[in-house]
Amino acid sequence: MSDNKSKTSELSRRGFIKVGAAALTAASMPMFFVKDAWAAKDFRNNPGTAGSVKFGFNVPQSGAYADEGADELRAYKLAVEHINGVGDGGMLNTMKPLSLKGNGILGKKVEFVTGDTQTKSDAARASAKRMIEKDGVIMVTGGSSSGVAVAVQGLCQEMGIIFMAGLTHSNDTTGKDKRRYGFRHFFNAYMSGAALGPVLKKEMGTERKAYHLTADYTWGWTQEESIKNTTEGLGWKTTATVKTPVGAGDFSQYITPVLNSGADVLILNHYGKDMINSLTQAVQFGLRDKQVNGKNFEIIVPLFSRLMAQGAGENIKGILGTTNWNWALEDEGSKAFVKSFGAKYGQPPSMAAHTTYVQALLYANACEAAGSFYPPEVIKQLEGFKFDGMGNGPTEYRAEDHQCFKDVLVVRGNDKPTSQFDLLKVEQVVPRSQVEYDAKIFGGELGPYEV
Amino acid sequence: MSMPSLRNDWVVMAIFAAAVLTAPIWLSPVGAGYPDLLQKFAIFGLFAIGFNILFGLTGYLSFGHAVFLGVGSYTAVWSFKLLTMNVLPAIALSILVAGIFAVVIGYLSLRRSGIYFSILTLAFAQMSYNLAYSVLTPITNGETGLQLTMQDARIFDEPTTSGLPSTELFGMSMSGYSGFYFCAVLLIIGFFISLRIFRSPFGLKLLAIKSNQTRMRYTGFNTKPYLLAAFIISGMYAGLAGSLMAVTDPLAGAERMQWTASGEVVLMTILGGVGTLIGPLLGAGIIKYFENIFSALNPGELHQIFSWLPDWLENIVVAISSEFVGDGWHMTLGLSFMLVVIFLPGGVIEGVGRAYTKIRTLLKSDEANESDESVLEPEPVLSAEKE
Repeated sequence: MSDNKSKTSELSRRGFIKVGAAALTAASMPMFFVKDAWAAKDFRNNPGTAGSVKFGFNVPQSGAYADEGADELRAYKLAVEHINGVGDGGMLNTMKPLSLKGNGILGKKVEFVTGDTQTKSDAARASAKRMIEKDGVIMVTGGSSSGVAVAVQGLCQEMGIIFMAGLTHSNDTTGKDKRRYGFRHFFNAYMSGAALGPVLKKEMGTERKAYHLTADYTWGWTQEESIKNTTEGLGWKTTATVKTPVGAGDFSQYITPVLNSGADVLILNHYGKDMINSLTQAVQFGLRDKQVNGKNFEIIVPLFSRLMAQGAGENIKGILGTTNWNWALEDEGSKAFVKSFGAKYGQPPSMAAHTTYVQALLYANACEAAGSFYPPEVIKQLEGFKFDGMGNGPTEYRAEDHQCFKDVLVVRGNDKPTSQFDLLKVEQVVPRSQVEYDAKIFGGELGPYEV
Repeated sequence: MSMPSLRNDWVVMAIFAAAVLTAPIWLSPVGAGYPDLLQKFAIFGLFAIGFNILFGLTGYLSFGHAVFLGVGSYTAVWSFKLLTMNVLPAIALSILVAGIFAVVIGYLSLRRSGIYFSILTLAFAQMSYNLAYSVLTPITNGETGLQLTMQDARIFDEPTTSGLPSTELFGMSMSGYSGFYFCAVLLIIGFFISLRIFRSPFGLKLLAIKSNQTRMRYTGFNTKPYLLAAFIISGMYAGLAGSLMAVTDPLAGAERMQWTASGEVVLMTILGGVGTLIGPLLGAGIIKYFENIFSALNPGELHQIFSWLPDWLENIVVAISSEFVGDGWHMTLGLSFMLVVIFLPGGVIEGVGRAYTKIRTLLKSDEANESDESVLEPEPVLSAEKE
């Protein structure tokens, strides 16, 4: 102890100048680092004369939506190859109008960094910040949860980095939480409701009682609201709406009450592994074999994808829902994409993969068309951009809310799949005009071009 | 026990301050010199320092400390929404509200000690988490997280015309490096307060509670007020850390209150060294570094790092090490935690101390050398806290 002490005081005497010098350096530190990042016409992470630009792929690699995240990452890697002119070019062969030349963007090669959102807003923002501040990405894209999309979109607006949303289906993403720097190609809950309505009427009539189980966050809330509005418009009654936590794993405590509620339709506003679990458990509880009010008990999953169908196996057969895109579509764009994705990974892409692939190409194309990476210019290119040949027929990025408008697919779990991937049957292609709405109904403001 | 002089503490503080403020320089070679991670270091450092005042000094292991972190964040965001974007009111309110929560939770939980205390705090934390997650969604916005909107009142600010306002301190933006320096200054102040508490008679009484509470009571001390005070102080530290999270990034999510977040601060403290001044800070730094840097490494980057090896060896090394980065970072963290607990029960700080003694004995045996050349910078910190 005394030895220690003498050592300390010795150093304190000798170290005075040392410490003083260190303190001075420290005090002057802010001057070094706080520089004006927004000098005239300059912008954050301006690639300048560098030979390459970086994209940030921020996808869930763990948690309830990890399967979708993995498929998104595959699609992003493919998109980067195609933009850089590697491989067969995929949708670059079918996209119209096309500015990209297959030599990167504006002659710069595209590179990328990845991050794990963990399907948590905090982690997603931390990961996006790392990409922006450390890796210097010019654009952030990805996400498989609306909660994450809304959080990251807000961050990107503050930072002045464009965010191309991945799989996010909440009305809020381009509704009350829309941002100037955020863009969504995927469809939303309102469109799902509008597309499902007529099919439900035809299949199940107008005298139904619906019970909702809803993932407890922005996406679940808005989907429940949209589907409820649609079904109540048909004359259905809503027995109950129950919120369940995301990633619950076991849904039996939520499903038991359904049995005795008098409802004859169960609407599962769940996604990813949550939907797989809740649907499987609902079927195990014998809901689908039941007769209630003299009708067959039905289950509806308003949003589902092939990946989820794969997870749910037998249980998905005959179940109705909507989807943004399906690999079995026969148009040129879809075929080109499925071909190059299949060649690289040996399996067809999911709708998550499709929307993220398209988003990456759309951003790259907008930069090329704008002749600049300066975000306000790129945003103006994307706003109101009309394109075709990307798997959904003629599509428009509406300028008022940065939402893409296109046809919506009503699908049913395939009764007789011909392969392990042939799980969804397209029941009906609902035209764009039927799912369109006024941008003002959800409120929200885009905010400024310059931040 | 000889009390170190105030002068020594000032040296400790000066070195500490210099190390914190120059962090952007000496952390950039390891890829950690960017604002967001630096802010996290400072914020979780504060959280761990505060936790250490309770756990390190009194030995009471709170397993629900993330409550105060979450409460601090929510309070700060509400202050940004309702009052002003200036960060000072937000921070003051957060510390206050976290303190109030600590009074309530502390008063109830401290009726028990040991494992029962831990379980009680854990129960309160899970309760608060579930409240924030689903019951109180009008206040917390549930899973989506509480965010700023254009429609917020902000009664002390001019109405904004161009987009969302950002947090500021009298016009200075609180993101990027300025945000880090703000957190760093608060970290230094927080460290100083913790140092004074460690050195004070109050700190000594807390230590006495840790070593033998029954004997304390026999000598006529009522230990309860001291325990409660320590609990509240450490809750306020957590509230401050939570508010800083909102200051640097105005968003608050319920997952900040989850038991994993409470567990994280326990890990940080144990990994760094329980009851030492600088240990929890080191632990916080290590865990945040793993979480942000290791999780983002991929085989491509590993190839770059090991490119100096011969090709065949490089491939083997990359194949093995890639299991430990990216998704595998949790495993790496778990393994290092186990190693530390088994071989260095005093945490990383004990390792540093042992290495230092080793070096010194080596140098002493080699008398020709001037030993002062080998004196490491952390030495005064280490020796000071051994007192």
